Amino acid sequence: MRLFSLSALNWLLLLGLGTTPAHAQLTVLTCEPEWASLVAELGGAQVSVSSATHARQDPHHIEARPSLLAQARRADLVVCSGAELEAGWLPLLQRESGNPAIQVGTPGYFTAAEFVTLLDPAHPGQPLAGHVHAAGNPHLHLNPHNLVPIARALSQRLQQLDPPQAAFYRERGHDFLARWQTAITKWEAQAAPLRGKSVVVQHGSLTYLLRWLGLQVVADLEPIPGVEPSLNHLASLAQRLPPGSAKAILRTPYQAARPAEWLASRIQIPVRVLPYSVGGNPEARDLFGLFDSSLKLLLAP
Amino acid sequence: MSRLSYVARLPQGAQPSAQQASQRLATLALRGIMASCLCITPVHAAGATINPEVSFTLQASYADKAGGERHISGFLPEGHAHGCDPKKLCLDHSEFMLAANLTPTLRASSSVIFVDAENKGEVEELWLQQVGIVPGVSLKAGRFMSELGYANSQHPHAWDFIGNSLMPTVLSGGHLIHDGVQLKWLAPTERFVEVNAELAKKSSNSPKAWSLGVHLGDDLGASHAWRAGVTYLDAKPLNRTGHVDDINEIEAQTAFTGTSKTWVADVLWKWAPDGNAKERHLKLQAEYFRRTQNGQLTCEDNRAEGGACDGTSSAFRTRQTGGYAQAVYQFMPRWRIGTRYERLDSGTLDFNSTVLPIELAAYKPSQRSIMVDFSPSEMSNLRLQYNRDTSMQGSPDKQWLLQYVHSFGAHGAHRF
Repeated sequence: MRLFSLSALNWLLLLGLGTTPAHAQLTVLTCEPEWASLVAELGGAQVSVSSATHARQDPHHIEARPSLLAQARRADLVVCSGAELEAGWLPLLQRESGNPAIQVGTPGYFTAAEFVTLLDPAHPGQPLAGHVHAAGNPHLHLNPHNLVPIARALSQRLQQLDPPQAAFYRERGHDFLARWQTAITKWEAQAAPLRGKSVVVQHGSLTYLLRWLGLQVVADLEPIPGVEPSLNHLASLAQRLPPGSAKAILRTPYQAARPAEWLASRIQIPVRVLPYSVGGNPEARDLFGLFDSSLKLLLAP
Repeated sequence: MSRLSYVARLPQGAQPSAQQASQRLATLALRGIMASCLCITPVHAAGATINPEVSFTLQASYADKAGGERHISGFLPEGHAHGCDPKKLCLDHSEFMLAANLTPTLRASSSVIFVDAENKGEVEELWLQQVGIVPGVSLKAGRFMSELGYANSQHPHAWDFIGNSLMPTVLSGGHLIHDGVQLKWLAPTERFVEVNAELAKKSSNSPKAWSLGVHLGDDLGASHAWRAGVTYLDAKPLNRTGHVDDINEIEAQTAFTGTSKTWVADVLWKWAPDGNAKERHLKLQAEYFRRTQNGQLTCEDNRAEGGACDGTSSAFRTRQTGGYAQAVYQFMPRWRIGTRYERLDSGTLDFNSTVLPIELAAYKPSQRSIMVDFSPSEMSNLRLQYNRDTSMQGSPDKQWLLQYVHSFGAHGAHRF
């Protein structure tokens, strides 16, 4: 009898008819790991956060897998980059989850791109070749200055969604921003020697980082944004770039090793795999580690 | 292929007017008049991404295959096999789509396909969907592709092989589309558990149908993901037409009235190293059905053409099975290869052959396909396919098919 009543209660809970516990953590699903790290900084033990993707996955090319739908179904808040980065899968997560709390235009949907100025917006009428994000480059987390308004807005959002804990979120927000400003000052001092140096990139994934540090992009392995590097294009780059003409070829953990290595062997330039996001390498354990590690790799001789 | 796009980060003040505009748009969309859709100015809001989404998918194909009518022996598929005439370039199933998010939880979508063989357009989908009526529950109303199994809910341009496969052809004449309502519920559990129920006032091959399905899914480690489920479909066909040769080898048209009960099981398995499908990935997909039909079959009078049917009917009972399994592997960016095996079993065919002089004998139709495709960009795909088609008894065919798909504009992302 006792067993039966327990399982009946479980069924009620499963059907959403039961009451939720008096004090619940906010369940947050982020599209990318950098936002999970930020939510953890701002929400501490009051939030339960998971990321739909990890740093070794290309955030453009994710599928709305059943496991992600199940997570989106239970989320109180979804935090994403926005600017169409997740256009191929996030709308599906929102729609197919049937979760009214995380739909566009509701407080449970937060996009970082709303709070910063995007680089390289498309010109009106520009041909939509390759993978152009009309609003601008969405890999915006790699300029640490962008994290300041985003962290402020996200902290406010947590306060709005979980009023009883508002003071807690506010305090954690102030604490994070103070540590973050100190870190930015340190990073900018460290990175001074990089200003004006040249690099080769693949896609605009690192644009915010490079512009922040004053690095010059002399070539892109992708012939058109979003189109995979082709042999033709790589061969023309090998011809155009004299040996040693750039400090390094940069790529992210989710991009293929071969194109960068092929070009590197032709023009004697080292390849550096930057972490791109939290978890992109062992040192990039959180947002601070992400920039520490990126700078260390860029500064390496 | 999954480009763009969702909605409108509307500035708070601008929301009402944008919504009104969207609702006006919905009204027009619901009338399903393509021409009026084309002249609507899109809703622009500061910083908004594209809403409504307007797109056109060009689907051009060419087939080198045997001419004439081809039937699936042992079955009475509804209508004629779709697809292109042999050795002619055709634009069958090119699609015009319009979708819009009208409010945060209300979405409207429509698509018009061009049926090349008949030189006309057809409203394939036209629905409104309310997401999250209560948490986890979505309601769709209008004309929509049924969630029967897996591939049926995909637009043809998202299929991995060219042309209709045998199973959907015998089940629904190619694509099971309902005019009705669909209710979906996603359980608030760690594992994906989804229940869907559909009620159709008009369906592809019967005036009334309902279905109930459940799907489970999850990840296995970082590199594997799966989804599997069963669906039960109960339909009441009324004079459902079929085409078959009679004993004089003359084409005959049949009409079936009765009940049709179908179980469909589907399983999907995807692998991508470390969950990153950009470089390499594998997709395994299989579906299986078992259908019982019970009713009356009439073979329409074709004596004028020298046929043997005289319009009388007989009790008609069948229990038939079939399915397919396929694998598609992306071995390097932009390049994929795939293979598919399909097999049906005519099973029990119970009717009075003196009353119905048609050639409907026990047979196991099958088809083997291999394909290779190349995507020059995210929006386009060029595919070459070879079929060894033994679905028509005594008339095997070797077929070469070529298809080019190109999407213009913004359209909703593809499902898992």
